[in-house]
Amino acid sequence: MPRAALWAILLAMAVLLPFAADLAGQGYYVGFATRVAIFAIAALSLDLILGYGGLVSLGHAAFLGIGAYSVGIWTSHGVTAAPVHWATALAAGGLFALVTGLIALRTAGVAFIMITLAFAQMLFFLAVSLKAYGGDDGLTLWDAARLGPLDLSDDRTLYWVAIAWLVLFLLLGRHLVASRFGLVLQGARSNERRMRALGFDIRRHRLLAYVLSGMAASIAGCLLAHMTDFVSPAYMSWQRSGELVVMVLLGGIGTLHGAILGAAVLLILEEVLAGLTQHWMLILGAILVAMALVARRGLHGLLAALRGRR
Amino acid sequence: MDPILLLTQALNGLQLGVMLFLMAAGLTLVFGIMGLINLAHGSLYMAGAYAMAAVFAWSGSFLAGLAAAVAAAALLGVAIEMAALRLLYRRDHLDQVLATFGLILFFNELARIIWGPAAIFVTVPAALSHTVEILPGAPYPAYRLVVIAAGVAVAAGLYLLIARTRLGMLIRAGASNRTMVSALGVDIGRLYTAVFALGAGLAALAGAMAGPILSVEPGMGEPVLILTLVVIVVGGIGSIRGAFAAALLIGFVDTIGRAFLPALLRDLLAPSAANAVGPALASMLIYLTMAVVLAIRPQGLFAARTG
Repeated sequence: MPRAALWAILLAMAVLLPFAADLAGQGYYVGFATRVAIFAIAALSLDLILGYGGLVSLGHAAFLGIGAYSVGIWTSHGVTAAPVHWATALAAGGLFALVTGLIALRTAGVAFIMITLAFAQMLFFLAVSLKAYGGDDGLTLWDAARLGPLDLSDDRTLYWVAIAWLVLFLLLGRHLVASRFGLVLQGARSNERRMRALGFDIRRHRLLAYVLSGMAASIAGCLLAHMTDFVSPAYMSWQRSGELVVMVLLGGIGTLHGAILGAAVLLILEEVLAGLTQHWMLILGAILVAMALVARRGLHGLLAALRGRR
Repeated sequence: MDPILLLTQALNGLQLGVMLFLMAAGLTLVFGIMGLINLAHGSLYMAGAYAMAAVFAWSGSFLAGLAAAVAAAALLGVAIEMAALRLLYRRDHLDQVLATFGLILFFNELARIIWGPAAIFVTVPAALSHTVEILPGAPYPAYRLVVIAAGVAVAAGLYLLIARTRLGMLIRAGASNRTMVSALGVDIGRLYTAVFALGAGLAALAGAMAGPILSVEPGMGEPVLILTLVVIVVGGIGSIRGAFAAALLIGFVDTIGRAFLPALLRDLLAPSAANAVGPALASMLIYLTMAVVLAIRPQGLFAARTG
């Protein structure tokens, strides 16, 4: 089957999902699918710097927090227009990425992992200190965000909006990694010194990738706040950042759609295992260890290997 | 500033520092020698705390609890190393992160199954439950003083082990060039297992001693793990000396910051602003320290030369 047709079918299935859920009388799954789409956006944005740029960030949840607090702070002041929330999140996320990226990109490897963690932790504690916006306890949003005539508190509307953002970021991402900019980024991942010798300003390319990635993840944060009607510092805990890294690794790094697959599989695994037993984390942990030991390139690599063997 | 309060807080900082050193020593060696990012190091700390709580409650002897904690965690460490982590040494750091993140989930849940989700309360041993007057009018818990002394003694012992023994020589050689060490005919696999067991034992010792001070509960390893990662990165990965210096630095910065920063801000800012900003800024202080150190010296304060 040609690839374009495959993508078209997947997209049609995604768009029609709420109707199928209605027919099956399982409206709950629309909310769950929205969650998957939101985390897919965040994982996708992380894959841009992790998979293509070779920059492992353990602080990506900071951008989820930035997006969520953009929604939370505007809403608590009575501004419920989603475009305002999104624009604020894009600007704030981009600015945060620019400032922290300038410092973090002076380092590489493990130091980069730790310095991104440090910035995310600082933001976490900043959010804890925002007593006017709930502090440690978080902030419940009483007014639903609106997109023109649309009400984002409606499950289906929010689902379609999230899918639209996901498709937009996937298309942008694919375009970006195939462009000259993306090739320079990948070249620097495999041989930084050679790319420097060729005259490329590696740090500027990486910084731009980091900023774009942060902006996309901030949108995921906005959508998360729209969905839960709640904002709290826990959105940017380091465990959340770790979860995002796990999603990307699980799906297969450096493929973009692998990140989407990873987000979906991890969330579905959690959901299914939690239904089976209260001690589902035991099984999830064992599965993750097994995946790391057996499947070298994540699920994407595993699928490719199976296809190759046949 | 109140000198008694300052002294008490300095001792608290020292106590946190030596605990962090016990954690960091093992992690930085495993990192420096095997090139392994072991996020599950906090689980070994937790294992030590639980083993200690169980044996102390059963036998009534604190020392027996300590010994059991160290032995149990060293065994657990060897088991993890041989079953899973050994396969990951040559792999990408990212695979190691995925596997050890999985191990964290696994062990936290296992602890929850065995001991339940609630925190276990461990008492300070009766012989150490009194306070000592370190200065006239400045009582300080005897148990914490013993923890400091034990930490310093272990640090000294570790220094002797690494600087004076054959195993220590191999560890140092492994940290600077592991390929060369194995080329010289050293059974590198056995060395790795030994180092891992040593690190696990030290983490368990930290966890066991922390039991009466903090609460013993599932997930107790992760906050300490994050602090420990901060310590080894600030100190320079693979460097025991760096880990010691950075552990004390982070211990002091965190404790002193939390104790004095809010009061200091109250002098500078309006009270309401100071009350909001003070605790948050104090919590941020160690990360700020790390960011500054890494921005100026990305290799850490005492970088070990790695081949």
